[in-house]
Amino acid sequence: MKDVSFGQYYPTKSFVHNLDARIKILLTIAYIVAVFLVGQFQFMGFLLCLIFVILATAFAKVPFFRVLKSIKGILFVIVLSAILQLFFNQDGALIFEWSFIKIYDKGLLMAGFIIARITLVVLGASLLTLTTSPVEIADGIESLLYPLKWIKFPVHEFALIMSIALRFIPTLLEETDRIIKAQKARGADFESGNIFKKAKALIPILIPLLICSFRRADELADAMDARCYSGSKNRTKYKKMRLSWRDLVGSLVVALLIFGIVQFNVTGFLAVVL
Amino acid sequence: MSLINLENVSFSYDKRINAVSNVTLSVEQGQYVAIIGHNGSGKSTLAKLFNGLVLPDSGSLLVDGLDVLNKKHLLEIRKRVGVVFQNPDNQLVASIVEDDVAFGPENLGVNRNEIGERIDFALSSVGMQNFRHSSPTRLSGGQKQRIAIAGVLALKPKILVLDESTAMLDPQGRKDVLDVALKLNKEQKVTVINITHYMDEVVSADKVIVMNKGKIAMSGTPKEIFRQKQKIEEYKLELPLPAIIADKLIEQGVGIKDGVLTERELAEELCRLK
Repeated sequence: MKDVSFGQYYPTKSFVHNLDARIKILLTIAYIVAVFLVGQFQFMGFLLCLIFVILATAFAKVPFFRVLKSIKGILFVIVLSAILQLFFNQDGALIFEWSFIKIYDKGLLMAGFIIARITLVVLGASLLTLTTSPVEIADGIESLLYPLKWIKFPVHEFALIMSIALRFIPTLLEETDRIIKAQKARGADFESGNIFKKAKALIPILIPLLICSFRRADELADAMDARCYSGSKNRTKYKKMRLSWRDLVGSLVVALLIFGIVQFNVTGFLAVVL
Repeated sequence: MSLINLENVSFSYDKRINAVSNVTLSVEQGQYVAIIGHNGSGKSTLAKLFNGLVLPDSGSLLVDGLDVLNKKHLLEIRKRVGVVFQNPDNQLVASIVEDDVAFGPENLGVNRNEIGERIDFALSSVGMQNFRHSSPTRLSGGQKQRIAIAGVLALKPKILVLDESTAMLDPQGRKDVLDVALKLNKEQKVTVINITHYMDEVVSADKVIVMNKGKIAMSGTPKEIFRQKQKIEEYKLELPLPAIIADKLIEQGVGIKDGVLTERELAEELCRLK
């Protein structure tokens, strides 16, 4: 339990790891937009995205299976949406019929299209969390949200809340583990019974956890006060994010990707190649 | 002039029972002061009074000449008095050691280069410079507590208050933390106030204050305090282990002198017997 690696950060030194977190977040968003830009049944656009993901993974020095593993979590969603398309999309020609199951060619294409789309989005997004530590992501978001200060959005407080939450996740997991063991030692039963019984069995875990969290929050507030915390006024930041040539290269590659996809959409694959 | 000066200070959490009542004490520059007392004796409340986390209901409290009741002085006072609390987990703000140590100086608006220097200084003072880029969750209790001390040292305080900072540590962690505190006191002339209920931590102090029911019950050098064995028992405290052993030996008629407090003194006395 102690070795919970939150998120799925894969620590190593690589081109992608060294990209500025802010740029990486923006590029990930741009990439997701790119995947959604791929026109209906323009599978060549997806091929381009796939090549991009494979290249990025290689430059990130992350084993490809680690990236693929991220699909596991949403496999259910992918399969479900594919099945829905397969059975209920009734466009195009009928290609398969067995009792009440009717599959049309457009439905089949659409199912493939959706699988490709969701898979590629998840692969790209997981590359961000694989190559950027939670702290860097929090810092990046803070920096990106900075303009919101103009509309009095408490950016600094928001970022501090995020980083403290990240900091306490392992601590609270450990605590939960300890409470579960303590309750088991007193004969609590978490495994048997129906779903309602199981939910009810969680109460003796949640209540102590909640009380402990409040106590921790109280002590943390004291410790922060003791270390002269007084809000964002006159505060400096030790770590500063700097852009480098890498960020320019990364941005260009993603721009190229979007350009390619748009080209495919307009002219079709063959027109670009020939 | 004394560094900390309390005169007839009283404080109560609920306005009925005084957690601290009519306490008058002073701490001099460079002293190593130990405050001991049974649970609920008011010793931890003292720690919070020293840096203005709680404010006296009556009486006067000056830190380095600054009055805690003056709101404008609070930040200056917290800069001078660094408090390390009991639970290391509830004091660390960031997920990376150097970021946590930087928290205090960042709050003070120190510029980036100097924050870097302060991190170097603070981490090497507690012997944790090799863990600069580690995550606190993977450290032992003693190591975490040393990081917490470093976080306070980065504020360059004149006074280091340890509020039962060793209570949750294993013997090795306890020893490491105490060694750090002693070293800071001897080498960097930091005034140390150690609030504890371990008697063996008290023997190396310049001055011992025994708290009982919110009042100062005894005050003096370790030798003066531990000579009054009946009183010590009355306040539900016990003698340091070497003193207990020496007493038992004297009872058995072994010819060693009274007033032994440390292991070293006991060993020397025993060697003299031959």
